[in-house]
Amino acid sequence: MNFKKIAALTLVGTMAMSMTAFAEADLSKLSGDVSCTGSSALQPLVQAAADKFAEVAPGVNITVDAGGSGQGLQNVSDGTSTVGNSDVFAEEKLDPDKAAELVDHQVCAIGMAVVVSQDVADGGVKSLTSDQLVSIFTGETTNWKDVGGPDEEITLVLRPEGSGTRATFEKYALGGAEEAGEAMENDNSAELQKALQDTNGSVGYLALSYILPDEAQDAMQGIATIAIDDVEPTLENIYNGTYNVWAFEHMYTKGEADEATQAFIDYITGDFSDDVESLGYAVSSKLTKTDGHTGETEAAEDATEAQ
Amino acid sequence: MYSKGKEKTWSFFVLLCGLLMIALPIAIGIFLAIKGNALFYQYHHSLGEFLFTTTWKLKDDLVGGGKGGAAVFIVGSLIVCGLALLIAVPFSLAAAIFMTEIAPKWGTKVLRPAVEIFVGIPSVVYGWIGMTVLVPFLQNLFHLKTGRSVLAGGIVLAVMIFPSITTVAADAIRAVPVQARMAAYGLGATRWQVTHQIVMPAAQTSVLTGVILGLARAFGEALAVAMVIGKTPAFPKSIFGQTATMTTVIASRMAELMEGSEAKAGLWTIAFVLYLISLFFILLIHIIAAKGAKKNK
Repeated sequence: MNFKKIAALTLVGTMAMSMTAFAEADLSKLSGDVSCTGSSALQPLVQAAADKFAEVAPGVNITVDAGGSGQGLQNVSDGTSTVGNSDVFAEEKLDPDKAAELVDHQVCAIGMAVVVSQDVADGGVKSLTSDQLVSIFTGETTNWKDVGGPDEEITLVLRPEGSGTRATFEKYALGGAEEAGEAMENDNSAELQKALQDTNGSVGYLALSYILPDEAQDAMQGIATIAIDDVEPTLENIYNGTYNVWAFEHMYTKGEADEATQAFIDYITGDFSDDVESLGYAVSSKLTKTDGHTGETEAAEDATEAQ
Repeated sequence: MYSKGKEKTWSFFVLLCGLLMIALPIAIGIFLAIKGNALFYQYHHSLGEFLFTTTWKLKDDLVGGGKGGAAVFIVGSLIVCGLALLIAVPFSLAAAIFMTEIAPKWGTKVLRPAVEIFVGIPSVVYGWIGMTVLVPFLQNLFHLKTGRSVLAGGIVLAVMIFPSITTVAADAIRAVPVQARMAAYGLGATRWQVTHQIVMPAAQTSVLTGVILGLARAFGEALAVAMVIGKTPAFPKSIFGQTATMTTVIASRMAELMEGSEAKAGLWTIAFVLYLISLFFILLIHIIAAKGAKKNK
C-alpha cells in the first residue's frame, strides 16, 4: 500500500510539474493580437507591461493607445479594440446593457495627490482638510492666506471634462463637488506638471504615477504634494486605508478574454506586480479597505450601510 | 506625337482634379454641419444658449443635460486675433514700405527671403518658443502670477501673421504703376507724401486683402495659441489674464472625449462655426477685391 501511495504521489507530482512546464512553454508559443485603448492614466503601465511581456511571449502583438476612458470603453464595446483601459467603471459611461456585456479586470489601483507650486508649500501649506479642498477647487476660497498660506491668489490648474484623472479626483477628494470653471486646463498630466512649475500660487492634482517614480523627479522640481487631513499621499497610506483618493484601474474585455489577452492580464497582476509599484501604481491585492471604490450602485451601498 | 486619346485623357484627369477641389470643401462643410447639429437636435440645446451664454459644462456621456455656452471661446478668439492684428499690421506695413520704397535692392535680396523663411516655420515651433521664452519673460517683466496670457497669445499670433501680411502688402505696393509715382515726384512731392498719398491709397484694396488673410490665419491657429494662452474657459480680466479660444478648446478636449457624447457634439459645433467664419473671410476678400476692381475702372 505504501509503495503504491508513494508511486501515485510521485506520478501526480511529475504530472503537475510537466503541466507548469507546458504552461510556460505555452506562453512563448502564444500568439495573437491584443489592442488596448483608453485611459491615459493607465497607459504608461500597460505599455511598460507590454514591452516586458513581449520578451516572454514574442508571438503576442500588443498595441497600446490612449484616447480617454470613455473612448476606450466604447471601443471595446463595439469591438474596435480587444481591451478597454478605463479609470472609471463601465456603468458610468455606457448604457447598462452595453456595460453588462463587458468583463472587468481590475489590474491595479492609481492614487492621486494634490500638488502645489513650491512658493505655496514654502509659505506654510503642508496639509489641507477635505472641506478646504472643496472650497478651493470649487472657487470659493480665492487666496492662500485663508487656508494658512501666503497672501497670494489661488490659481487652479486642472484637467478638462472627460479626463479620468479629473473624474477620480472629483469623486474621492471633493466628494462629488464640481470644479470651478475659472481654471487653467491642461491636455495631459505632463502639461499640468509644467503649468504648476511655471505658475505661482497654483494648485492641481496628479496621479501618483507622475510623482513617485525616479523618472518623475525632474518634473517634480519646484512643486510639492500636500497631505489631505494630515494623511500623506503614499502607497502605504493607500494600502492601509487612511488615504482615500484612489481608484481601480480597469481593463475591460467584451465577454471573457481570449487566451492571449488573459495571459497578458494575468502577467500584469502576476509577474509584473513588482514593477507596478515602481511605476507609482498600487497593487490591488495589497489594498485593505475598498468600500466606496467597488462600484456598487448607490442604492446597494445605502442598503449595506443600513444593515 | 499628337494623339487625340492622350489629349482627352489628360483633360479628363485635370477636370477630375478640379471637381475634387470643389467637392472636398463642400463635403467637409456638409460633414461639419451634420456633426455640428447633434448638439441642437440630439441634445436639445438652443442656438441662443450656444452663442450667448458663458458656461461650457457638457457631459461626456450619451445622456446629456449639461450647459453649452460658447460665448467665452468666441470672444476669446476675437480678442486674441484683434490684438494680433493691432500689433502686426503697423509692423507689416512699415516692413512692406521699407522693402519696396526705401531700400528696394536690399529689400529683394535680404528682407524678402527673410520674411519668406518666417512663413515656413511650423506653428508648433512658434508655440514652443513662445512657451519657453516669451511666457517667463512676460512673467518676470510685469510680475505676473503667470506669463500665459492674452498678451502672449497676441504676440505669438502677431509674429505668425506678420510675414503673410508683409508679403501681400509688398506685392500690392510694387504693383502700383511707376507713372503715378513719377508724376507725383514731378510735382515736387516728398517721398513720404508719395508713399502716403499716392501709393498706399492705390494699393489699399490688396493690402486689405492681405490683412484679412492674416486675420484668417490667426483665427485658425490652434497649437501655438494653446501653448501660451492659459486655456481658461472664462473671460480674461485684463490683457494679462488667461482665456481660451475656439481653436484651443477643440485641440485640448477632442482627444479624451467619447465619440457621440454631448461634450464632443459641442466641439463639433464649434468646429462648424470656425468653418463658417473662414467662409465668411473668403467672401469678404472677394467683396473687397470686386469693389476695388470697380473703383479702378
